[in-house]
Amino acid sequence: MKFTLLINGQSRTVDAPADTPLLWILRDHLDLVGTKYGCGMGVCGACTVHINGVPMRSCQMPVSTAVGVKVTTIEGLSADGTHPLQRAWVEQDVAQCGYCQSGQIMTAAALLAANPKPSDGDIDNAMAGNLCRCATYLRIRSGIHRAAELATAKGGVS
Amino acid sequence: MSATDLSSLGRREFLRFSMLGGGGLVLATQIDFFGDAQAAVSVAAPHTEGAALNAFVRIAPDGTVSIAAHTPECGQGVRTSLPMLVAEELEVDWEAIRVDVVPLDPAYGAQFAGGSTAMPRCYTPLRQMGATARLMLVGAAAARWGVPPSDCRASSGRVLHAASGRSLAYGEVASEAALRPVPAAKDVPLKPASEFKIIGRRISGVDNAAIVTGKPLFGIDQKLPGMVYAAYEKCPVFGGRVLSANLAEVKALPGVRDAFVIEGTSNLLGLMPGVAIIADSTWSAFSARRKLRVKWDEGRHANDSWAGFLEQSTAAGAAKPGQTLRRDGEVATALAATPAARRVEAVYSYPFISHANLEPQNCTAWFHDGLMEVWAPSQRPSGGHDLIHETLGLPKDRIRVHITRMGGGFGRRLSSDFMVEAAAIAQRVNAPVKLTWTREDDLQHDHYRPGGMHFLKGAVDEKGALAAWHNHFVTFGNQGRPGSGGSLSPDEFPARFVPNYLAEMTVLNCGIPMGPWRAPGSCVFSFVFQSFMDELAHAGGRDPLQFRLDLLGDRGMVTTPGERPNGYDTARMRGVVTLAAEKAGWGTPLPKGRGRGIAFHFSHRGYFANVAEVTVSPDGVLKVDRVVIAGDVGSQIVNPSGADNQVEGSVLDGLSAAYQELDIERGRIVQSNFHEYSLLRITDAPRVEVHYRLTDNPPTGLGEPALPPVAPAIANAVFAATGKRIRSLPFSRTDLRWS
Repeated sequence: MKFTLLINGQSRTVDAPADTPLLWILRDHLDLVGTKYGCGMGVCGACTVHINGVPMRSCQMPVSTAVGVKVTTIEGLSADGTHPLQRAWVEQDVAQCGYCQSGQIMTAAALLAANPKPSDGDIDNAMAGNLCRCATYLRIRSGIHRAAELATAKGGVS
Repeated sequence: MSATDLSSLGRREFLRFSMLGGGGLVLATQIDFFGDAQAAVSVAAPHTEGAALNAFVRIAPDGTVSIAAHTPECGQGVRTSLPMLVAEELEVDWEAIRVDVVPLDPAYGAQFAGGSTAMPRCYTPLRQMGATARLMLVGAAAARWGVPPSDCRASSGRVLHAASGRSLAYGEVASEAALRPVPAAKDVPLKPASEFKIIGRRISGVDNAAIVTGKPLFGIDQKLPGMVYAAYEKCPVFGGRVLSANLAEVKALPGVRDAFVIEGTSNLLGLMPGVAIIADSTWSAFSARRKLRVKWDEGRHANDSWAGFLEQSTAAGAAKPGQTLRRDGEVATALAATPAARRVEAVYSYPFISHANLEPQNCTAWFHDGLMEVWAPSQRPSGGHDLIHETLGLPKDRIRVHITRMGGGFGRRLSSDFMVEAAAIAQRVNAPVKLTWTREDDLQHDHYRPGGMHFLKGAVDEKGALAAWHNHFVTFGNQGRPGSGGSLSPDEFPARFVPNYLAEMTVLNCGIPMGPWRAPGSCVFSFVFQSFMDELAHAGGRDPLQFRLDLLGDRGMVTTPGERPNGYDTARMRGVVTLAAEKAGWGTPLPKGRGRGIAFHFSHRGYFANVAEVTVSPDGVLKVDRVVIAGDVGSQIVNPSGADNQVEGSVLDGLSAAYQELDIERGRIVQSNFHEYSLLRITDAPRVEVHYRLTDNPPTGLGEPALPPVAPAIANAVFAATGKRIRSLPFSRTDLRWS
């Protein structure tokens, strides 16, 4: 079946079975491979994207339900990799293997949009659904704090 | 710098490099989301541009310096830390270089990620590579000017002649330099550490910009023109064979191109029998798999169970041991002569656990023109190369392995089962094919960390010193040999530090595939031995820190002939034990329900000690408040940013693993996904404080040695807080309620 989706501000048409999770549409059909497959059941967070600004598990979202909403992936978080979280992640060398980090950043971006100055507790609550097998959690915490600072300096998280 | 400098290359040019060099991955033809300039090609540039000064250094006419990162990257940071070694001696600015990927190639020597060996293996040779290239560049410039090379020096990618004020950029002399004779290693002086400009700096990972923007880097991100997608169903009982399958029905499903049986081999770590489904997308392959019905011959291990293993282990523990690993003094006599109050008997146990790489196993393979080309997220690509050769009978020189970034290693990707599966499938498919395991495949077809049981007896003498240690270790193996990480070295601490010492081992055969899990052996032995040692310290009425320092003593280096790598340096261990205790405020009082525990371990050439501070609520909920860890990995921390990340991650991984367990029933792994197999989450991540003690020893690796002492420090802290002794993993099996 054909579906027309709005992804990172662009209209994209794909031909795929209606039950195909948005995750695999992004990865296999649209070559947006920043969104990762980790568990396929919505418990690891590696596939997190924004649906109308809300972090969602793309592995749990059939393509048929992704029509008519705004999808943002890690590739569309900023035009040039300069979202405060992206800058903070590079500056603080957060990643080890890096596989979970696009999901971490997408979840964190929604947190900062709602709560520009989160506490450690706020961060833990928001990020509890995102696994990092390398356990870079301490740097994820500090990276989010740093991004909050960068965003303030710049005038807010877009 | 960086890998992302690729954007400065035109797409056409990149494609040419990809095809020529075979590095990284190629591209997708049909996509065009960002427009041509940012097509979905790998951001990892191949190492093919410019004049080759040696295998590791290339310099383009425009001055771009490319350094080959030859060791597979699984998150341990070697794509950054190893090129830093080259760049330091090459005299280039870190920000100006590019780090390339290279395929498996004998030109680079050993290319594997395991055993925390990259740094000790490469620290000097890679600096020599940089220094050699620098001398050749200086020589070329000096020859052009007609001056002695000794009058010239190199700095920031230029050769300078101070007397005349002339200078040449490396790019201007690179092609001449490449033709010069290569100086012998003895003629290549290396810098003293006091002159380091790059080594020792906190440097962010070279792929970070690509990671945070979602560029294709990992094995699972690979895409080739015309590629199809595969899923592979294996018997839930390890080694089971296919009797029949509803292939015709599966082949008729939407998006499915083909389905076929692969006979496989009997190698538990090799090509397992199964059914391959080839489809036009990952989802079509996964969906079709749900309709696949296979009749299996489950083989000899269909009755294996963890409950059964525990029964067998308990029986084995009471029976005559299979073998004696080491005997010093007379343990039985010493135990018999010690009053009961100073003796401890205990059984420690731990389950099988999984590696749980967040990127499930996968591999892309393309069999064309008699050539098997694979793109593998592998810690040991040469192992995959050999396994494909042995299993499929392809000539060695007709197998080419490209190395991709890995979404976690932890030892799992030292195995090559996923590579030979992809290759076996590709042989039957007239197109490039990407095999992707589901999470369930990954958890239920791992090469697991073996479980085990230790039947321990120990005694302290009247002065409170360790006097006797007897361990009967019951472990698991295949065909009589212990699984990887399931064998105990006769030299493992506290061997050689106890006058009466006896270590015995019994191997129970099972059908579970086993493989190295981060700090193999050490990751469980440290829990058992450092916990039991704590029990003995308390039995002797001693402070656990002082007991350990006395045990280590003042013997300097303790060696056994033939021991790997270099013996046990008691001074280095005492150094980190003392440092961790001091930084943690050892000895300062804590209220009931809070406690501190200490543990140390030597593995992978690294000395680590840590103090854990915990709170246990009266209803038995354990919270780790902080871990203070001190390490000695030699004279130099090459990249402090990456090093801290490894140590912090090791501490948290050590805590995470202490809560993991797999059940086995009817020969199958029971847990199927992360809802049943819990990894540590951010909410349970304690504060970690990392300290290093720099000593005059060669720099060594950090991927593993910080992990082993974590679990016992926590367990010992729990005892200090509550009087409850944890003797088995996972921690959650012990009732910690107190009043």
